[in-house]
Amino acid sequence: MKILVAVKRVVDHNVRIRVRPDGTGVETTGVRMSMNPFCKHAVEAAVQLAEKGQASEVVIVSVGPKQSNDVILTALAMGAHRGILVETDAALETLTIAKLLAKVADEEQPDLILLGKQAVDDDSNHVGQMLAALTNRPQATFASEIVVKGSELEVTREVDYGRETIAVPLPAVVTADLRLNTPRNAALPMVMKARSKPLAVRPADTFGVDLTPRLTIEKISPPAERVPGKTVGSVADLASAIASEVNEMEAL
Amino acid sequence: MSVLLLADHDKGELSPATARLVAAANQLGPVDVLVVAENPGNIAASAAQIAGVRIVQVVKAAETAESITNSLESLAQRYQSVSASASSVGKDVIPRLAAKLDIQPVTDIVAIEGANRFTRPIYAGNALETVTDPQPKHLLTFRASAFRPAASGNAAPVENLDLSVTSAARFLAAHRTESDTPDLATAQIVIGGGVSVASAEGFQLIEKLGKTLGAAVGATRAAVDAGYAPNDWQIGQTGKIIAPDLYIAIGISGALQHLAGIQGAKKIFAINTDPEAPLVKIADVALIGDLFEIVPQLIAELEKSGIRKPQ
Ligand SMILES: Cc1cc2nc3c(=O)[nH]c(=O)nc-3n(C[C@H](O)[C@H](O)[C@H](O)COP(=O)(O)OP(=O)(O)OC[C@H]3O[C@@H](n4cnc5c(N)ncnc54)[C@H](O)[C@@H]3O)c2cc1C
Ligand SMILES: Nc1ncnc2c1ncn2[C@@H]1O[C@H](COP(=O)(O)O)[C@@H](O)[C@H]1O
Repeated sequence: MKILVAVKRVVDHNVRIRVRPDGTGVETTGVRMSMNPFCKHAVEAAVQLAEKGQASEVVIVSVGPKQSNDVILTALAMGAHRGILVETDAALETLTIAKLLAKVADEEQPDLILLGKQAVDDDSNHVGQMLAALTNRPQATFASEIVVKGSELEVTREVDYGRETIAVPLPAVVTADLRLNTPRNAALPMVMKARSKPLAVRPADTFGVDLTPRLTIEKISPPAERVPGKTVGSVADLASAIASEVNEMEAL
Repeated sequence: MSVLLLADHDKGELSPATARLVAAANQLGPVDVLVVAENPGNIAASAAQIAGVRIVQVVKAAETAESITNSLESLAQRYQSVSASASSVGKDVIPRLAAKLDIQPVTDIVAIEGANRFTRPIYAGNALETVTDPQPKHLLTFRASAFRPAASGNAAPVENLDLSVTSAARFLAAHRTESDTPDLATAQIVIGGGVSVASAEGFQLIEKLGKTLGAAVGATRAAVDAGYAPNDWQIGQTGKIIAPDLYIAIGISGALQHLAGIQGAKKIFAINTDPEAPLVKIADVALIGDLFEIVPQLIAELEKSGIRKPQ
């Protein structure tokens, strides 16, 4: 089985972002960037399948600026075999990213495409589902367990009512949730080795995909600030504060 | 300008959030509801009662992403907007449908600013993005908790559609949490427990407080990962988004991924040993101390005062 894993470079999830005062966007200059956490779980899942002998090759693809090489290298250090950077400095919409990934999938013909369930910058949760549609494959989103059963996968998904297990025939698209596994931290020798693994760079405008955004972003604004509250001294005070909230609710 | 809205349902019942979604979609035009289910009868009947629904269309089919997407696709041509809840089903199918129709979707909408202007949170709710969608068709998901429910008392006609939809994926099994607490996404009061609740037994204490107040119960990712609470209780960027009148956070530090799920709460109360915890800092009312001492006393106080639950 050949696996393609799509990874995105995003503002590190521990960074508390700042909205630019002029409303044009989020301040990203000088901010620490790293691999989207959900993508790490996708890479880990692919590498584990390779280690179990269930996958023969793990190919990493990222769409983004030159610096996205860093997150591809992270994935190679985790154990993936080679990387592809679809390079562009433009801010692309999810549909455009899915179309570029579909072109790469056409070339690579993977049996399984693994993605994160969402990117923690735009929080879209789109690309896996779109890519599944564009490549005409079944999808299993929000995966917390993947079991290979012959030419099928049994995937357990995290859904609103709990969890559910579905069977998807290969080739398929799976998106990773956080409880899928615990991503490894690559040891230094692996990081060194990653630098010698193949990494192809392909300009995004050579795929025949229109990169123009469809939506117009009018403004980015900070959320409403909460008014500071108070500390109460006793359980009785807390109980009466709760009671007064509940009474107000009933008045509604 | 009509809108097709996919109905969410579970165990043969319409999701309680649907009335909120109808209200949201109604801001864009007349709303037709689509029910895709193996046993659609009750679900369609409930949807027909929501004010603002013009017609309920029913497809009897398996509930996989492919079969729901195919059902929506076969109707999409007639509508200017195709919408769903920003729930696990809506998130699964709307982007898939969008790619098939070559439309960039707008998802997780928390405010409708105009016929084609929408606001959605990004960066775990630390920023809000307002977009204009000039495309000929809009593919949308709404966050139910951000909208007030439509009234009931309607009797919209129910129409069965004879569609044959196929799906390569097959449903195998559901693993659910048996719990009689109210729906997290629409509850008026929510009690949340953190990893410091320390065990599944500890969460029974949180549930007991929930019962006293008629509240839904949620948890942090850390508590779910530790196995103290089921995954569908997780509140936050990766879990459920809540917007209750009152959220009581017990032993929760307030990581930004957790805060992402509670920004819509009108009032936030916190119980924590650490006065410097971010959640304590943003709380309207905080009590500093050990949850294992405070919560039993709090339950006793509330029971003594004979507090009336909402509704
Ligand atoms: C990509 C990503 C997505 C994530 N998504 C989510 C999400 O959706 N939801 C979510 O919740 N988290 C999410 N997280 C995890 C998040 O970053 C935090 O790790 C998590 O919310 C912390 O949970 P906690 O508050 O229970 O634990 P901790 O941060 O460990 O906090 C425990 C708190 O309990 C207090 N405490 C300890 N003992 C007691 C006591 N006896 N009585 C009272 N208080 C006590 C402590 O002072 C502390 O404030 C995500 C993380 C990542 C990377
Ligand atoms: N620019 C990108 N390059 C590669 N993969 C991406 C990119 N954007 C999104 N993805 C993949 O799609 C997943 C979901 O992203 P999103 O739909 O943007 O929330 C991510 O976790 C990645 O696996």
